[in-house]
Amino acid sequence: MINKVVKNVHEALQGVEDGMVFMLGGFGLCGIPENCISELVRLGVNNLTCISNNAGVDDFGLGLLLKKRQIKKMVSSYVGENEEFERQMLSGELDVELIPQGTLAERCRATGAGIPAFYTPAGYGTEVAEGKETREFNGKMYVLEHAFNPEFAFVKAWKGDTAGNLIFKGTARNFNPMMAMAGKITVAEVEELVEAGELDPNQIHTPGIFVQRIFQGKDYEKRIEQRTVTPKS
Amino acid sequence: MALSKQEIAQRIAQELQDKWYVNLGIGIPTLVANYIPKNIDVVFQSENGMLGMGPFPIDGEEDADLINAGKQTVTILKGGSLFDSAMSFAMIRGQHVQLTVLGAMEVSHNGDIANWKIPGKMVKGMGGAMDLVASAENIIVAMMHTDKAGESKLLKKCSLPLTGVNCVKKVVTNLAYLEIKNNAFYLLERAPGVSVEEIIAATEGTLIVEGEIPEMKF
Repeated sequence: MINKVVKNVHEALQGVEDGMVFMLGGFGLCGIPENCISELVRLGVNNLTCISNNAGVDDFGLGLLLKKRQIKKMVSSYVGENEEFERQMLSGELDVELIPQGTLAERCRATGAGIPAFYTPAGYGTEVAEGKETREFNGKMYVLEHAFNPEFAFVKAWKGDTAGNLIFKGTARNFNPMMAMAGKITVAEVEELVEAGELDPNQIHTPGIFVQRIFQGKDYEKRIEQRTVTPKS
Repeated sequence: MALSKQEIAQRIAQELQDKWYVNLGIGIPTLVANYIPKNIDVVFQSENGMLGMGPFPIDGEEDADLINAGKQTVTILKGGSLFDSAMSFAMIRGQHVQLTVLGAMEVSHNGDIANWKIPGKMVKGMGGAMDLVASAENIIVAMMHTDKAGESKLLKKCSLPLTGVNCVKKVVTNLAYLEIKNNAFYLLERAPGVSVEEIIAATEGTLIVEGEIPEMKF
């Protein structure tokens, strides 16, 4: 079996440069590649384009990269939880492209699936469709949306094996599987790295073919954005 | 009396039907889950990747890896399932979800909806709203009939940037339950104690009032 394991996050991010386009998995702070983000902050790479459903919060997730002004452009569906983001966006320092969430997911999937563009009904008749091709199918209007072209994809899984196979937990799956398919180089960080053969092949969510580098992550904070609970009776 | 947010949710919940898969937006729509009629089974879809969304976890049992689309910690019910975002929106665009309930800042009498952007203010993004409204066969909007200044939010034409066009079928406000068809709002029910005249005065878009308009029942 091909061994995808790299020693640590430093080795995993070799080749990362200023001006690159990255995909980063996660929904809110759920399922984000915490270790890769920390390493991007440490490396200090700049002028990045980050494709990620959200932009983190002020002191966690992609907010850490925003604080250091390493991001030139964010491509997201919802960015409402971050004051520094708001400041940079309103001052024009940060370029922001907002995309309907399903379109974002499908554009990621299309990227990895060899589909250059596809039609979706989302955004027809709104400013999202401005300047884009539209077409009628069966009496309904659709907008043509294109695949991305990211250099790296950073994803986070619950379990992974040395062959790069991944299993996600709960709703931490979200954008990670499609982004894993889409990266020219996909880096997977996992909470638990095991030997090939230890994961049940029936349970694999992302086959190892999509993963170029995998490493055992550490110090996961797994911060909760909105802690909502029912009181103990 | 105009309806409270809870009562708007309660009225919308009466529209749920047995065996429906339902997506609830953030705000008033979320409250609909508290008023599911007895003897029917509905399954809630959360667009970040879950079917069978349950109530908030018991204090101490919350899991950072199990959240809803509002980033709140939730639980998953027996028979629920988990999936990625592409599959989630395949369910939505593929019309496997029978009902979408969401909030709005403005709705027009041809079924356009605006709920994601106010020019000059911080734009937070549309999230999944554009995919949901462009795809759902059945959309109920939960909203206030007028803004804080008393201006109608049920309009001939939306003034805010649109989320979707010709898509809203039903609207439940604090004053009324209305259906959108033939380029008009059709008044179906009044909130208890609210007169037809009050609803006419609060509606800028074309409003059709046919016959006696019953009060909502709870």
